[in-house]
Amino acid sequence: MDDYQSWGRYPQVTQSVLGFNWRGDKLPTLSGKSILAQGFCRSYGDSCLNENNVVLSTRALDRMIAFDPASGVLRCESGVSLEQILNLAVPQGWFLPVTPGTKFVSVGGAIANDVHGKNHHRAGTFGRHVRAFELLRSDGSRRVCSERSDGGLYAATIGGLGLTGVITWAEIQLRPILNPFIEMESIKFRSLEEFFQISADSDRNFEYTVAWLDCVSSGSAFGRGIFMRGNHSRSENDKTRKIPGRQKLVVPLDFPAWALNRLSVKAFNTLYYGKQVAREKKSSVYYDPFFYPLDAVLQWNRIYGKNGLVQFQCVVPVQGGHQAIREILATIVASGQASFLAVLKEFGAISSPGILSFPRPGVTLCLDFAMRGERTLALLQRLDQMVAQAGGAMYPAKDALMRAENFKSYYPRWAEFAEYVDSQISSSFWRRVSR
Amino acid sequence: MKIAVFGATSAIAQAACRIWAGRGAEFLLAGRSADRLEAVKGDLTVHGAQTVVVCCCDLSDTSRHAEIIEQGERAIGPFDLVLIAYGTLPDQALAETDFLQAQNAINTNFLSVVSLLTELAKRMETRHSGTLAVISSVAGDRGRQSNYVYGAAKGGLSIYLAGLRNRLFHKGVKVLTIKPGFVDTPMTAAIKKGPLFVKPAVLGAGIVRAVDRGSDVAYLPWFWMPIMWIIRSIPEGVFKRMRL
Ligand SMILES: Cc1cc2nc3c(=O)[nH]c(=O)nc-3n(C[C@H](O)[C@H](O)[C@H](O)COP(=O)(O)OP(=O)(O)OC[C@H]3O[C@@H](n4cnc5c(N)ncnc54)[C@H](O)[C@@H]3O)c2cc1C
Ligand SMILES: NC(=O)c1ccc[n+]([C@@H]2O[C@H](COP(=O)([O-])OP(=O)(O)OC[C@H]3O[C@@H](n4cnc5c(N)ncnc54)[C@H](OP(=O)(O)O)[C@@H]3O)[C@@H](O)[C@H]2O)c1
Repeated sequence: MDDYQSWGRYPQVTQSVLGFNWRGDKLPTLSGKSILAQGFCRSYGDSCLNENNVVLSTRALDRMIAFDPASGVLRCESGVSLEQILNLAVPQGWFLPVTPGTKFVSVGGAIANDVHGKNHHRAGTFGRHVRAFELLRSDGSRRVCSERSDGGLYAATIGGLGLTGVITWAEIQLRPILNPFIEMESIKFRSLEEFFQISADSDRNFEYTVAWLDCVSSGSAFGRGIFMRGNHSRSENDKTRKIPGRQKLVVPLDFPAWALNRLSVKAFNTLYYGKQVAREKKSSVYYDPFFYPLDAVLQWNRIYGKNGLVQFQCVVPVQGGHQAIREILATIVASGQASFLAVLKEFGAISSPGILSFPRPGVTLCLDFAMRGERTLALLQRLDQMVAQAGGAMYPAKDALMRAENFKSYYPRWAEFAEYVDSQISSSFWRRVSR
Repeated sequence: MKIAVFGATSAIAQAACRIWAGRGAEFLLAGRSADRLEAVKGDLTVHGAQTVVVCCCDLSDTSRHAEIIEQGERAIGPFDLVLIAYGTLPDQALAETDFLQAQNAINTNFLSVVSLLTELAKRMETRHSGTLAVISSVAGDRGRQSNYVYGAAKGGLSIYLAGLRNRLFHKGVKVLTIKPGFVDTPMTAAIKKGPLFVKPAVLGAGIVRAVDRGSDVAYLPWFWMPIMWIIRSIPEGVFKRMRL
């Protein structure tokens, strides 16, 4: 079901879809309607939607332009997916410098949300590895932006939510690998304190760190989870190791709303935590299941039924202690609405080039809520307030309802950013938060 | 492998060519937009193509066909495989009242392809080798009120290809008729996408497989074979009353 709605399927909007299929094409001229570039709709809320207006889909803009296997510099069109890049680069000894939890996102989308991955503490955001890109503006001009040329537009476009123009191509610096395997360890933790302890210990020696957090259990199980950390394998033997085949499952239909209830989610969490018997486990795995466990089930968002889901991702500072994240988690657990996909990670201090980038030092929590109407919305509004009070930020890529005033406190440079917004471009998200 | 692609900027053709590029193929790419051909050339080169030569021309103009093929074979060598992929989807309503619309659609989708095939068959026949892979359509299997001008052109093409296959079989040349169902490409941008639509990559993989196997007719994806069998089996007296 490919209907150009966002991944959360909430909100669902009416909009027209045009294809932007060739990088030399002009932008369509539409009287009285705004446009918005759209990649693979892996954003959850409304940042990739343009209600009552037009979206320009870049899905056919998926060509490679140049790749230098000696330096790892790749130039490609903006609708190229991270999956395409991996398929091309991994056999030649290169890997994405930063990758989100799904490989089904476009390069344009990765830049426009300045996405982060499990290696934020080491590599910063995706935008840091974008050497240059071409931006097509509605006045017909084309600018090649980099740190050195058109630096203002460069900084506004990275994390710029598609509002500054249409990125036609981008040049990315990949990172070298010896083989496609990851040496990983998983460690159970019983509390948030333990999480922060392991996280601090891991940052030095592990490129990738992330934790799965149980957002359902209270009492003595409150704050438990499994910490996962890993590095690219440096073993010569892994160069010739057989690459495991992978079966893909597809969720063909929307599940009925009752399929995900408190009991099934609780059972999942208990089983998942209990699955790992030993406190610590080491293994060597192919990169795909390590980075993209959810990609094995295509269209998994349909498990949430036709009402969809809303995601919540915040970052809150930790210098002053862990009180803020503890309270947020307690609110989520008490609501009983959390589902099984919850992720906790500490961001590092490497700053992003983007004016509007989301990652900043602190701890980030990310989870899904099945959309159950008013009570789900009320909970998210409450969380939005808590994040604002804690001096944190919410992530536009995952958001459907942060308040305009909170957006402005999360992104204090928003007015500077607004100067760069193209007059013919807009989005449902932007109209909501900039009013 | 030396491959000539007519209509190389087609989304379906690009998907198939990427796979052949990964096998180190050499290409002649013919199409009508120089910029777009350059974009496809770059992509295929990154994917591993050995040589890529482009030829910018309007393929509905049959007067240049012989020359284009001659120059193409001189540039990359005798073609092992030819993919003919260009086509246009006319506005059926316009074509019902304006003959020029119907004529253009039939010229591009059928007659001009016959011109290319005539020239290519002559060459491959004398070499006793090669494969001619041509994109027709399930729309050519039966005329329907919503799409019969395009359908007639593709139907004529399918029949022509069947005859050509019969003739060239005895000369060691293969002819593959490709019949896609609904594919999400620029050609179908204006059509509302239902569950039967597939991505161009699915077609690309299907075409490469059909060529590898030496198939005669390939319905892509496969489920169009039983669907079209049913559609062809409906008695005309019933069919004409349906709204298809
Ligand atoms: C399972 C899953 C896991 C995820 N994990 C992470 C994660 O770990 N870290 C993280 O940061 N994010 C994560 N995300 C979010 C995802 O990475 C971002 O939403 C990403 O931006 C989606 O890219 P897309 O191609 O689908 O773009 P869309 O969602 O379609 O669009 C996103 C934005 O990009 C803009 N855009 C797209 N193409 C262009 C272009 N050519 N020019 C200008 N603007 C453009 C759009 O206007 C829009 O503002 C995850 C999402 C899913 C579904
Ligand atoms: N998409 C479907 O659902 C579907 C179904 C059945 C069959 N088909 C057939 O599949 C083939 C490929 O189509 P597609 O789906 O890949 O659509 P597409 O991407 O729109 O490709 C059509 C191509 O034909 C080219 N073309 C049209 N007229 C031309 C001319 N006179 N000279 C040179 N090139 C010309 C176009 O060139 P420009 O780029 O310059 O416009 C375009 O590249 C077509 O034969 C089509 O009939 C498609």
